[in-house]
Amino acid sequence: MIGRMVHDVPRHVLWLLGVLLAGLLVAPIFADDYLLTVLILILYFAYTGQAWNVLMGFAGQLSLGHALYVGLGAYAAAALYVHYGIGPWIGMPVAILISVASGAIIGFLAFRFGVAGVYFAILTIAFCEFARIGFDHFGWIGGSGGLFMPVSNHTQNDLLNLRGQPVMFYYVMLALTVIVFVLCHLLLRSRVGYFWQAIREDEEAARSLGIATFRYKMAAIVVSSAMTAPAGVFYAFYYNNLFPEQTFFILRSIEIILGPIIGGIGTLFGPVLGAFVITGLSEGLQELLTLYGFDTPGAKRLFYGVCLLLVVMVLPNGIWPPLARLLRLHRSRDTTGPQS
Amino acid sequence: MTALLEVSNISKSFTGLRAVADVSFSVPQRSLFAVIGPNGAGKTTLFNLIAGVLKPDGGSITFGGARIDGLRSDQVCRRGIGRTFQLVRPFPALTVEENVMIGALLRHPDPSEALRRAHDVLWRLDLFDKRMQLAGALTLPDRKRLEVARALATEPKLLLLDEVMAGLRPTETDRMVEILKKLNRDGGLTILLIEHVMRAVMSLATHVLVLHHGAAIAEGAPEAVVRDPEVIRSYLGTEAV
Repeated sequence: MIGRMVHDVPRHVLWLLGVLLAGLLVAPIFADDYLLTVLILILYFAYTGQAWNVLMGFAGQLSLGHALYVGLGAYAAAALYVHYGIGPWIGMPVAILISVASGAIIGFLAFRFGVAGVYFAILTIAFCEFARIGFDHFGWIGGSGGLFMPVSNHTQNDLLNLRGQPVMFYYVMLALTVIVFVLCHLLLRSRVGYFWQAIREDEEAARSLGIATFRYKMAAIVVSSAMTAPAGVFYAFYYNNLFPEQTFFILRSIEIILGPIIGGIGTLFGPVLGAFVITGLSEGLQELLTLYGFDTPGAKRLFYGVCLLLVVMVLPNGIWPPLARLLRLHRSRDTTGPQS
Repeated sequence: MTALLEVSNISKSFTGLRAVADVSFSVPQRSLFAVIGPNGAGKTTLFNLIAGVLKPDGGSITFGGARIDGLRSDQVCRRGIGRTFQLVRPFPALTVEENVMIGALLRHPDPSEALRRAHDVLWRLDLFDKRMQLAGALTLPDRKRLEVARALATEPKLLLLDEVMAGLRPTETDRMVEILKKLNRDGGLTILLIEHVMRAVMSLATHVLVLHHGAAIAEGAPEAVVRDPEVIRSYLGTEAV
């Protein structure tokens, strides 16, 4: 398992990963509460971006409604906890199951009936909107009034019930991010990963090579929605309150995809790097503005817009691919061949 | 010789236009079978009917004794028919090696085994040295050979080639002809090709079928077909004789 994981990964990449991981492991010692919340946010977006990247970056299917899977995961785990006292780790499989079911329905409708490209994206937005409106009128989980987790001042960390200090949430999110990173690495180098990339590049050519494209696109949306749901569980237990208007808001979906777009769609490091850049910088900017006494609530979104614009114009493949070339982190891939 | 592919009375219309009308032929095992004809004769439609991209309106297609008409193209490929596209369709952002490896993954689910198979195919197609290049950065002749390599990697019994010589210079055409001949001779591969380049057809094909306005007007050995008055009138032109 380990052997296969590190197989064909250059040694200095492993070193870099090790240093990065070590840095993240010791970060809470040096970080104050504010910096810790920023780091949690960065990891959260690295995680969700990675999960979204499976569907878009690997298999080429653009989802603009990934807030749906976060929201369903969040509500499922929170409702089980609030109503039945069932802890998040048992709630998580349920959350994943519900998320996967909705992803499978969307996938089936889209891929079975040839809804592709922009229309697929619109379909994903539509389903997220259905959920937003539906949950507004769903009394059992609080409707538009919101669902609240029982909160008390925790001096002890209760990992089993995810109740405790920010530092505990930080390590949970770090663990999730590492797991999903390793999983994506394995997927990308597996048969299904290559088939996804073939579908992304040219679906008809993929079919001509014997790839049952419907089945593999279904697999992509199932894996992606399953991966996204745990982020929702985390979200519910970290923020302690859920409102349909916020949880399923389209901006939540957009925030998820900013990291991978800026970092590099379809790459492993892109979502991670993108999350660091966009969340780190935007929080820094916010902090700076507050420090100098500017009250600018829209500054973050404006910053997102500027970042997106810059990347699309200057580095359409994201920041990671040129950086990787600079650091010679890729397997020797020669792109200097003659252009025709 | 037994027939590997049997096409019987196949027809396909597009809103009133009969693209392929009642065409029948059989491709013998281990043959090099060429389909020629003027533009719009229905060659590519015929090709797409066999490859599973289009469903025929009538008639049947039998491959290795089993009906394949109406199957999807991925199912047709799994039965053992590989194809190339007239306008090449490599996976541009992937390397040459990965392109071919994806084809090999069909029969060899383990990626490292698929990679080994891909390397074998790349050797045979003179592409091994370029295996790390991105497919999108290749020249046209290389991309044409990559198409053949990728299809070959699926280990087909029958290879469908849609104008692989088009746009190649004469020396490159000869190189491709040599490769295909070798695949046929050494690998026992049956090849069905659509071709405009008569130089390639004459040196390569063992059988020729001529389509005109969707109908088969002649079939047989290449030397006999090019002397057929009907073929000369409708396709080759009198100056070709």
